[in-house]
Amino acid sequence: MQSLTIPLLVILGLTITGYFLAKTRALQVAGGDIRKLVSLPKQHALNTVLATAIPPLAAIVLFSLYRRLAEAEGSWLFTLVVIALAVTGFALSLIGIKQESRARTFAERWIMGLLIFASTIAIMTTVGIVFSMLFETFNFFEQYDWRDFFFSANWSPNFRGNSDLGILPLLWGTLYISFIALLFAVPIGLFAAIYLSEYASSRMRSVAKPAIEILAGIPTIVYGLFALVTVGPFLRDYFASPMGLGQSASSVMTAGLVMGVMLIPFVSSLSDDIINAVPQAMRDGSFGLGATKSETIRQVVIPAALPGIVGAVLLAASRAIGETMIVVLGAGAAARLSLNPFEAMTTVTVKIVSQLTGDTDFASPETLVAFALGLTLFVITLGLNVFALFIVRKYREQYE
Amino acid sequence: MTTSLLTTDARTKKRNAAEARFKAYGLGAIIVAMLALVILLTSVLGNGLSSFQQTFISLNVELPEDKLDKSGVRDISVMSKVTTIGYAPILRNALLATLEEQGIETDLSNKEISNMISKEAAATVRNRVLGSPDLVGQTVQFDVLASGRIDGFFKGRVTMESAALDGNTSPEALEIAQALADAGIMQTKFNWNFFVWPDASDQRPEAAGIGVAILGSLYMMLIVLCLALPIGVASSIYLEEFAPKNRWTDVIEVNISNLAAVPSIVFGILGLAIFINFMEFNQSSPLVGGLVLTLMTLPTIIISTRAALKSVPPSIRDAALGVGASKMQSVFHHVLPLAAPGILTGTIIGLAQALGETAPLLLIGMVAFVREYPAAFTPESGLFGEASTALPVQVYNWTQRADPGFVERASGAIITLLVFLLIMNAVAIYLRRRFERRW
Repeated sequence: MQSLTIPLLVILGLTITGYFLAKTRALQVAGGDIRKLVSLPKQHALNTVLATAIPPLAAIVLFSLYRRLAEAEGSWLFTLVVIALAVTGFALSLIGIKQESRARTFAERWIMGLLIFASTIAIMTTVGIVFSMLFETFNFFEQYDWRDFFFSANWSPNFRGNSDLGILPLLWGTLYISFIALLFAVPIGLFAAIYLSEYASSRMRSVAKPAIEILAGIPTIVYGLFALVTVGPFLRDYFASPMGLGQSASSVMTAGLVMGVMLIPFVSSLSDDIINAVPQAMRDGSFGLGATKSETIRQVVIPAALPGIVGAVLLAASRAIGETMIVVLGAGAAARLSLNPFEAMTTVTVKIVSQLTGDTDFASPETLVAFALGLTLFVITLGLNVFALFIVRKYREQYE
Repeated sequence: MTTSLLTTDARTKKRNAAEARFKAYGLGAIIVAMLALVILLTSVLGNGLSSFQQTFISLNVELPEDKLDKSGVRDISVMSKVTTIGYAPILRNALLATLEEQGIETDLSNKEISNMISKEAAATVRNRVLGSPDLVGQTVQFDVLASGRIDGFFKGRVTMESAALDGNTSPEALEIAQALADAGIMQTKFNWNFFVWPDASDQRPEAAGIGVAILGSLYMMLIVLCLALPIGVASSIYLEEFAPKNRWTDVIEVNISNLAAVPSIVFGILGLAIFINFMEFNQSSPLVGGLVLTLMTLPTIIISTRAALKSVPPSIRDAALGVGASKMQSVFHHVLPLAAPGILTGTIIGLAQALGETAPLLLIGMVAFVREYPAAFTPESGLFGEASTALPVQVYNWTQRADPGFVERASGAIITLLVFLLIMNAVAIYLRRRFERRW
């Protein structure tokens, strides 16, 4: 950090002086007559500023990355190169100021470079996600057999070694909870969307739609706390205990129900869009044959919107599988393969959190397994998303 | 056989009934969704509103010189050798004196009397004394915190029955508390300190606040705003205005829409692997948190910015080009200002999302117990490099504590968080209503 202070100050100083020098010099080469210039003085100034600042800053970023990769120390040579770059840019752009020089075009090339760089950050994020997880997952599979990871039904990490790290019970918990959440959210969300788009008066729509969408804006930690202090004890005291199904407040049912509430707006707003996209002519045709409104909806609108609705459900499923805070607070930590929905179970995301918080040792399989879990999660959700987006997009084109 | 059109036959009746049923299902679904919202909000408010209130005991504390400053020269370095343990008996004596003054009889042991006062109170008194040493030797009035159990009694969390089973308090202590409250010495009043104080240890929920968490969240929002907004706008401008339609830009577009749907915890893993393990930034620092949240918010901002840019009609661009502006000038001087309200709305909504995000922050170590207010810059740890926590993480942290007093604190922090989100969303809606132009 310290070694960067001087170059940064030099760059700052040069850009500021460059700005004013370029302005004066542009006027000077025009002999004080601004009409003789092809580009305005401020465009010359902008060009100088960008030419002075961008190359050395890029060098700093590249060199910092190189230093991390090669574990080299910062050196005076690097400082010199950075300063030299700044001075070169400064000098060249100032010397280049002539009456006929097209500063606007040059400045815009720099800006274009910045824009392109910004748009690659999204790509770099994805690459970063994939590589960081792939790298550690390889490390993990060097220490732990991949067949045991994917096909073992036992999860019992033990920080003294000899752990069983089978993903199956975690996947089971994840899918079970997501299934219950969807079982709750899909009918409610779908019926809400149908009612809002086909039956509701515009006044009711203007109240109910934003109210349901509030649910989407509530952070998941709030749902988690709701599951922990309200829904969990309620289900235990009124359902699980009397029916003799369990004594645990955190359960698949708790997490599933609360997650279902979270998913309602997700399903309803997506389905609403899709139902609204079904052409009115199809409804009118059905009414003309004497069908009632509900018959029209069930036999014409829904079948026409079905691919889109399936896409929406898949997106909701991917959201449910990747959800963390609700299951951390509502589902429990015990990895088990059971059918009883009132028992505590655990999910992939819960185990990522528990293996990576607290004291972690990045050489042990018990920590590294979190990266393998993360990669599995990423692949599953990515697959669902790509598939869902594909369906939604294909469907949208159908009526446009 | 023909029947009158005015009498409905069985089949029509059946169809009409099905119609009514179907409509009722729809209405029912909406009612269930609204009910869920209402129950959720009531539960949070019901649990958390009491955290804004706190029980204080107003005590006239005698600050004896022989205990607090034996040398008598009021030298801070000497006086600070008396730890909080030395202050606890002074507070206890003050409470006993008050009881006697009020004629409240008690046969509680000294320890049980001490337990009525928060363990934090001694530290408060000590800090005040060290701040102004002249107070030693005088009798000064302090409003000290009552212990969590006494506080819970006035909020209905602790009852006589639960106190009988509790090692930290007793029904007798609660009776004394009630008597003190009747005398006006013990008061439950609005607690500003909740928003200012840092977290407190396991045994003293009454002293826990969200000061550090708010500061940490604020720092991260600053980072997200300063990074995600320019990067997001720049990349949207490129994709929407300049990018040629080819395979490369297709890849970027698909990538952005997929990034928006990647589970947030995956971004936490990214932050841990890249920013902490590879770049070696400080763990639990707002810097790392802000960077992770920036990457998460970026797709949201890009998607809404592109929509805003798209809604500016091409005639604006054509007019600018027609009077000799370059493509870049037409975008920066004309399109961007016109799209600004839409961009701002999207940014605020993205920030609101980032503010409530918890899972990735758990992985980068923000669950740590932090009592020091993080500085924005220090020479040792750099910009935003000091350990900190964040509002939603603080909530998670408190749910993991044993003392039930922390549930109230967690709900209180949630209410604060929701109020922030409400304000942000209201601003976004206002901006949209006020400035959005329909072309």
